[in-house]
Amino acid sequence: MATYTLTHVEKKPLSFSVPVLAAAGAFAGLFIGTAQGSGPIGFVGGAVMLALLGLVCLTALSNDKEKIARWLILLGMAAAGYAFGALPGLVVGALFGWFFGWFIYWIGEGRYRANLVPYLTPGQVLWHYSFRVICGMIFFFLITPIVVVMPLSFNAENFFTFTPEMLRFDPAGYSLKHYRDFFNSPDWQQALWNSVTIAPVATLLSVTFGTLAAIGLSSEHVPFKRAIMAILISPMIVPLIISAAGMYFFYSRLGLQGTYWGVVLAHAALGIPFVIITVTATLVGFDRSLTRAAANMGANPVTTFFRVQMPLILPGVISGGLFAFITSFDEVVVVLFVGSAGQKTLPWQMFIGLREQISPTILAVATILVSLSILLLATVEVLRRRSERLRGMSPG
Amino acid sequence: MKLTKTLMATTALTVTAGAVLAQDMADSMTLVSWGGAYQKSQVNAYADPYKEMHPGLEVVWDESSNEAVAKLRAMDEAGNVTWDVVDVVASDALRLCDEGLAMEIDPNEILAAAPDGTSAEDDFGDLLVGDCFIPQIVYSTTFGYRTDMVPDGVEPPSDICSVFDLETYPGKRALEKRPINNMEWALLCDGVAKGDVYDVLETPEGQQQALDKLGTIKDSVIWWSAGADTPQLLADGEVFMGSTYNGRLFSVIEEQDQPVAMMWDAQVFDLDGWIIPANLPEDRLARALDFIMFATDTQRLADQAKWISYGPARKSSAPLVGQHAELGIDMAPHMPTDPNNSQNTFLYNYEFWADYRDDIDAKFQSWLAQ
Repeated sequence: MATYTLTHVEKKPLSFSVPVLAAAGAFAGLFIGTAQGSGPIGFVGGAVMLALLGLVCLTALSNDKEKIARWLILLGMAAAGYAFGALPGLVVGALFGWFFGWFIYWIGEGRYRANLVPYLTPGQVLWHYSFRVICGMIFFFLITPIVVVMPLSFNAENFFTFTPEMLRFDPAGYSLKHYRDFFNSPDWQQALWNSVTIAPVATLLSVTFGTLAAIGLSSEHVPFKRAIMAILISPMIVPLIISAAGMYFFYSRLGLQGTYWGVVLAHAALGIPFVIITVTATLVGFDRSLTRAAANMGANPVTTFFRVQMPLILPGVISGGLFAFITSFDEVVVVLFVGSAGQKTLPWQMFIGLREQISPTILAVATILVSLSILLLATVEVLRRRSERLRGMSPG
Repeated sequence: MKLTKTLMATTALTVTAGAVLAQDMADSMTLVSWGGAYQKSQVNAYADPYKEMHPGLEVVWDESSNEAVAKLRAMDEAGNVTWDVVDVVASDALRLCDEGLAMEIDPNEILAAAPDGTSAEDDFGDLLVGDCFIPQIVYSTTFGYRTDMVPDGVEPPSDICSVFDLETYPGKRALEKRPINNMEWALLCDGVAKGDVYDVLETPEGQQQALDKLGTIKDSVIWWSAGADTPQLLADGEVFMGSTYNGRLFSVIEEQDQPVAMMWDAQVFDLDGWIIPANLPEDRLARALDFIMFATDTQRLADQAKWISYGPARKSSAPLVGQHAELGIDMAPHMPTDPNNSQNTFLYNYEFWADYRDDIDAKFQSWLAQ
């Protein structure tokens, strides 16, 4: 937030502020009302309540009494929340109170224009803020399902349910038993072991073949470049279930179905496109004259590759490898076909668990996997930045 | 290339080794079951004791019974059957038998006689449906309801028709997303006598009558497809009553301590048991037969009831049913076959549904989509 203002701020007429506040109240009330059992009542109640609050605050409690008014709203809403839903209600109520206390004055005093250039039309101002709200909503809807899973994995019950104890923040409602179950159950441990032994080998194969293919395809003299590229990328585009069924029958004839190497090869094939794409992208910034210079100094192609080219495209290789790893680690469709019960991977075990007994152990595993994925993606991001820096430094 | 060659060489070696040791039993065995508490009961009652007798045997469990028919077909087509003993419901066993995917059996030859000498055929009696099916348990599909959602001043539901009575018992219901059972219950509560249900259901008008009756509660129904759904919905308080397998409800009520009760009225009995895939190699077949002989004897079937509330398929096992292995409560009153629970029951009508399933399924699905 800038500390200076671009536009002179002046108080808005009540004929503007009160309807806007009522609309915001109706919107919030709709959610609370639906959660409490009746949407329409919440809708009307929210609108009336915020309109009245706005009226009082902007006429009687403006200027120097603003601080007091905002604290009053916060405490009032927190108390109302407590009356409705105990401790969780208190927290939600306080958050609402804090927000609306700020919002009433932000609208009423016209502060929302302060950081915008003066010549914007009202329509443009509206769009400026709606755009941000829409972005926030998209973010919210993407993240919430994942975030909801995490507290549920600490459930003391064997169901996917927020128990009353959990909502009261009673420690008795929480437990680590699903995490214990994950670490003690031979089924889950076997599945973890299978995933851990399959994914790295599949990744290694994908990275090796994918990198070689990308380097080959980025040199000028290869015929049918586009066609070859399309075939290599196809596992990413063809629906997974089609690849899986095809692999099932093909591998059965070769005697590979239901074997460790069968699953590894299938996962490697799925991972190769990711490696090709990331490495090809890195190669765009790679200066070919470096390899010619190396050759000029007597290095053979293999030495050139490992001493000159590889270090420069390493970030692309590693991020491609991480994608290949996550693909293998998260994959369930192909392994269901190509693997047999002896190659049950983590996602497979989760799939079974979800269908046959909805046990929060799955959520515990999901939480662990999500944390792992975040870690891996953070690594990719760090590497990507490094790659950009390197590319910026390379002579071009 | 090199890899394929090595693999082919190893496969060839295994095949020769198998031929040499044909008389021996395979030292690994893949059992297919349903997962969850049911599979746990099989591990405890059958697989673990069997492994103790045969150290060195590797037992792999595959939780694929739900799609056993489709998977066995695919395996057969690919010429690569990896399963040794498969747990399926009776109707699936009949289908697999008809398609030649399951091995035909002679119960007296491959199953143990009862301790008192009664032959296996007499001990299992009517439950030996089809030529391939080896019965294991009798289970039932019945209703459970939330005791804390029964309206004040109203008797808790004890009659199947309370499912269709939204006025007395308001709230959501969970029903299985298929016509079987639902159609029978609907007709029963629409004034059709129990003996006439299948005669009525044969006719298009009767099918429409059943769908119309279901239509009266359609807006209040959540349709489930996995056995774990209804317990979850009940525990959530998302539904007031729901149908599921009685063992699932037992687990919700006794093991998870949820405020749920059983409504045994008009429960539908069904059978679940083993089949052996057709054309297994000799060593694996020998192992499968040895396991089946052990796992379906009188004591083992009675043992399974210590872990789950399904009735053993042998008459001679019934008196041996004891207490729950962990909770120490008597299991007999929780069996679907207990006289108190089975005052009004249905038996899954295999012949009727074999003939009419495709037709009624199609009608039911299009009705669902309306």
